[in-house]
Amino acid sequence: MQLLRRLCAALTLIMMAPLVMPGGGGAFAQAPKPWEMAMQPAANEIKRRIIDLHDLVLVIITVTTIFVGALLVIVMVKFNAKANPVPSKTSHHTGLEIAWTVIPVLLLVIMSIPSFRLIYYQDRTPNPDLTIKVIAHQWFWEYGYPDNGDFSIESRLVRDEDLKKGQLRLLDVDNQMVVPVGKNIRILTSSPEVIHSFFIPSLGVQRYAIPGRTIETWFSVDKPGVYYGQCNQICGADHSKMPIAVHAVSEQEFKAWAEQTKKSANAETRPSPVSVAAR
Amino acid sequence: MADTTHGHAHGHDDAHGHDHHDHKPGFVARWFFSTNHKDIGTLYLIFAVVGGLVGGVLSEIMRAQLQFPNNHIVTDGQQWNTIITTHGLLMIFFSVMPALIGGFGNWFIPLMIGAPDMAFPRLNNISFWLLPPAFVLICIGLFMGESGSGWTLYPPLSNATYEHGMGMDCTLFALHLAGASSLLGAMNFITTIFNMRAPGMTMHKLPLFIWAELVTAWLLVLSVPVLAGAITMLICDRNFGTAFFDPQGGGDPVLFQHLFWFFGHPEVYIMILPGFGIISHVISTFSKKPIFGYLGMVYAMVGIGVVGFVVWAHHMYLSGMDVDTRAYFMGATMVIAVPTGVKIFSWIATMWGGSIEFKTPMLWAIGFLFVFTIGGVTGVVCANAGIDESIHNTYYVIAHFHYVLSLGAVFSIFCGFYYWIGKMSGRQYPEFWGRVHFWLFFLGVNLTFFPQHFLGLSGMPRRYPDYPDAFAGWNYVSSVGAYISGVSTLVFLYVCFKTFTSKAPVADNYWGEGATTLEWTQTSPPAFHTYSELPRIL
Repeated sequence: MQLLRRLCAALTLIMMAPLVMPGGGGAFAQAPKPWEMAMQPAANEIKRRIIDLHDLVLVIITVTTIFVGALLVIVMVKFNAKANPVPSKTSHHTGLEIAWTVIPVLLLVIMSIPSFRLIYYQDRTPNPDLTIKVIAHQWFWEYGYPDNGDFSIESRLVRDEDLKKGQLRLLDVDNQMVVPVGKNIRILTSSPEVIHSFFIPSLGVQRYAIPGRTIETWFSVDKPGVYYGQCNQICGADHSKMPIAVHAVSEQEFKAWAEQTKKSANAETRPSPVSVAAR
Repeated sequence: MADTTHGHAHGHDDAHGHDHHDHKPGFVARWFFSTNHKDIGTLYLIFAVVGGLVGGVLSEIMRAQLQFPNNHIVTDGQQWNTIITTHGLLMIFFSVMPALIGGFGNWFIPLMIGAPDMAFPRLNNISFWLLPPAFVLICIGLFMGESGSGWTLYPPLSNATYEHGMGMDCTLFALHLAGASSLLGAMNFITTIFNMRAPGMTMHKLPLFIWAELVTAWLLVLSVPVLAGAITMLICDRNFGTAFFDPQGGGDPVLFQHLFWFFGHPEVYIMILPGFGIISHVISTFSKKPIFGYLGMVYAMVGIGVVGFVVWAHHMYLSGMDVDTRAYFMGATMVIAVPTGVKIFSWIATMWGGSIEFKTPMLWAIGFLFVFTIGGVTGVVCANAGIDESIHNTYYVIAHFHYVLSLGAVFSIFCGFYYWIGKMSGRQYPEFWGRVHFWLFFLGVNLTFFPQHFLGLSGMPRRYPDYPDAFAGWNYVSSVGAYISGVSTLVFLYVCFKTFTSKAPVADNYWGEGATTLEWTQTSPPAFHTYSELPRIL
């Protein structure tokens, strides 16, 4: 597994060598890579656990598929009309039938223990350090910071014609969602009109934003950088044009940003200093 | 079994009623007022081909759009959403279901249980004739570009505020008609199978295809009314000021999701179970062996049908359900892997020790086992609510359900086509072109859908007309695969042409000793009216 993943990573690096590194300014950025064959690298504990469980399941299902494929090949070679002109008349074997019922059950039990652990871990954080309200609109995101002065910012796609060098088409936004590194962030999603989905692959977090409801989840980010995601529930004509960019910064930077943004955001929404500085 | 025939009854003869010995009505009466299960089956099959071709053209448009980033073909997001919606609905309601249930079901339920026709021939007629108007309505929705909600029709996006045109209403009403059609057909199937079996054919001697259709019919009867209710509420929300799904009036969008998936999940088994039945017969025929573990196969299907009703919310892990509820739905969903595994292994065990001939139907059956296994195991990945948080609504899910449906169900349709076309038409299909069709399609669909697993793991969302440049590589490969499957469809049309223009007659039981069910005791094609004297099963 490790080997396979390293091989994929190496392959990915070679493929993307001619491409400009995303994010710009040398800051770390986590976006999908060309020819990627596995999940995006984990940026926190949730995603690490998702990847671990996925690796386990992947091994089980790969072995199962190879096993079935091998049986098919054996059957085709050994029991074709030329090799075996006289068919047997066997149509029962209680032992076999019990085996292929019980063994899959055992495999599922093995798989289900980490699965159940994972969903309870992902569900919500007992001790949130701060809360961010994620309000999805047609077609932009609004991020509210009730714990840091109760201001909110709007985050919109950078249109193709406005893209600066190093910015990623259909991923970069004008105002990123700024979060402090290493903190447990409670996310509350909702929407005033249609359903959207708040999805950031590398943070292992995704929840629908449903009108009339508030849905809770959480994430944290291990190290500073920009983590990209996209709206993941069909929401109308510009469904593909409302990406998510989470900018993780140190706590001091976050506080300074919140202070400054609160002042300007209460007047009107404009590009936040940190996200501008990151370019 | 003392059936006599005059050998002129094949389904594609524009007989002008001059064959007085077989009592065939004239063209209009025969094809438009038809009450004959074979003719209605033929109508369903032709309809399924038309539906599949239109849906297939839409998929080629989609793959052409996604071949490169930058929105170069369908530049309008609303049009794009309408195309993907219509593609899904057409393939499900107007291609796979008419072929597997209306088509093969109508043709072979009476022939295999030794009944002269379906229990309610006129009901059978209206079941079919509800579909063409439904198809017209769906196409109106498509051409008006006003049904861009995705095939899942989730409100609020599908309500009057966001899809205000009449096109969306047409699409919803089309589903009502298609639903009524399936419902009436299902009642007919259940009545026929319970009451019209030949003397001596007990339930535990029923061919597996009949069991598959029976379980499917029950799933339809129990699930389609729920869809009908949900759609009725949606139409009322759109047009008559109700607020079943509108939070501003005290309604709940998630209620629609529950109702929709209470239908929608059994629906996926509705599409694959008849395929299971076909595959069982083909594998048994070409291995020249009786099916392995018959009772296990029967009760695996019944089990899949029952459990299929209590797993619906695994489509809604992210809709804000309580974590304990998600844990239940995850556990229940994984359980389905067990009866499915029983079926796969029983099919392999049927081949084990056999004397296998690799005719075209058998190629499709073996291909089915392979692709359905891949689609099945990725289902286990998707069932994990924890992993789902990272792959929900991504191309991983697209890859998964196309492996079980676009590959699984469609392979079984082609499998049934090659297996029975000689029986249905009395003409021999061209073996060489059948093989070409299989290999091209096998290559094409695997090339299309396998790379989509990678796109999904990497995080590419579904229903996007344009994507970040990083996803370009695998999308290109996927589109090339789609073009290859497009070419294979042309080969299929050529196969049809060659078959229907072929002069080579086929024998009553052209597959020989392995084919043991009752339809092989009839002539190819069977007489217009079969079993005027009931066969006796020992």
